[in-house]
Amino acid sequence: MSASQKPVPKPTPETQPFWDGTAAGELRIQRCRVCRRHYFYPRPNCPHCGSGDVEWVTASGRATLYSYVINHRPAPGFEAEAPYVIAVVELEEGVRMMTNIVGVEPTPENLPLDLELRVVFEKRGDVHIPLFTPAGAAG
Amino acid sequence: MNRKMTIVIAGAAETSEIGRLPHRSTLGLHLEAAHNALADAGLTKDDIDGIATVGTPGPIQVAHALGITPAWLDGTGVGGSSFLFHVRHAAAAIRAGLCHTVLITHGESGRSRIGATRMGFGPDSLAGQFELPYGVFGPTTTFTIPALRYMKETGLTHEQLAEVAVAQRRWAHLNPRAMYRDLITVDDVLASRMIAYPFHLLECCLVTDGGGALVVPSEERARALGTRKPLVYLLGSGEAAEAPLISQMEDFTSSKAFRLSSRAAFAEAGIEHGDVDHLMIYDAFAHLPIFGLEDMGFVKRGEAGAFIAEGHPSPGGRLPLNTNGGGLSYTHTGM
Repeated sequence: MSASQKPVPKPTPETQPFWDGTAAGELRIQRCRVCRRHYFYPRPNCPHCGSGDVEWVTASGRATLYSYVINHRPAPGFEAEAPYVIAVVELEEGVRMMTNIVGVEPTPENLPLDLELRVVFEKRGDVHIPLFTPAGAAG
Repeated sequence: MNRKMTIVIAGAAETSEIGRLPHRSTLGLHLEAAHNALADAGLTKDDIDGIATVGTPGPIQVAHALGITPAWLDGTGVGGSSFLFHVRHAAAAIRAGLCHTVLITHGESGRSRIGATRMGFGPDSLAGQFELPYGVFGPTTTFTIPALRYMKETGLTHEQLAEVAVAQRRWAHLNPRAMYRDLITVDDVLASRMIAYPFHLLECCLVTDGGGALVVPSEERARALGTRKPLVYLLGSGEAAEAPLISQMEDFTSSKAFRLSSRAAFAEAGIEHGDVDHLMIYDAFAHLPIFGLEDMGFVKRGEAGAFIAEGHPSPGGRLPLNTNGGGLSYTHTGM
């Protein structure tokens, strides 16, 4: 038995296209064909207008840092990373999602709100997790 | 349906002890609180025909353990505010004639975890897919995320955030049942261990064992039963919800649930803010009373930090707030 591991998400039928996207190196979100608005998390109907006429689109992967904490009490599997940043980012398309900010020392000075970010993917089990890194960072 | 029927709280009690209670199970805490509340009201279990409590152990188990045969049950489980929802739902049920006297129970072995539900979300749940993969570890890593955005938008300082804990400790200092009673300073708060920046240990609630219960009849029924204590009148209530994932909260500087539920409560009660001279706001973390003061309209947006730092919610101030010491200093069983 190895040390505790990071949680691996398990897709449902409704979320499978999102996870298929991350595996392909794309951040896919849903958009309503009727009211044209994007939304996240994945679900069958538009939460704005209720329409079921929705499509999957590939987001640009650009986002800004909306808010965050720097967590000093690691969850199981994250012991080696503490302290680490648990953030909510706002995608260019206007929707928000939780993520980790990687590729930068986790200090308040390095992480001003509205910092420009871009998506990167971390393979974990059979799933690719979307993480974000400062847009100016190398790699 | 009798919308005019006046609803009261005729009995209210906690478990005799709160804090660290490894000799009591979750169900045991419910039952002890229930018996204490019945005693406070001067009633017996046979006066109760409605029961409300959260999903686990739930109204069936609590009613059966107490020897109550309920004609009405409510198992609404929406977190820490569930029991206030129960009061509102009980009022509606009594006014609708579904039952006469409701017992609402809470018990949680949050610290000792005796007979407690296992926590956790499956990997295919919403949280399992869109929160847990990022190393969230309970509410300290989710509830807390909006605070930095609030601080940026309003100019709230770290010192003002710490003042919330300082103010509530002043109340706990006066309360022999509070878990932590020694007065603290802003420097003490900022020097305490960092839990999830910007939150230090003293800006996070306690985790304790304990229980509480309420007996809710109509005023008419309470008088007919001859309850012992002065009646507490339910003037108004409101309920609302926002998002199942913190990332989906519409505006990180304001709680929609606070705004909508308080607006409904004020409207039903027919009172103004100036009529309120005692306020209790949930304080799992130090920013919540700040959001509450603003979202319920007691101060304008961005003013709550200064309002607290100036001492208005502290002992002797003009709006006493969380006067038992709150979850930050008194007790917080987890819900």
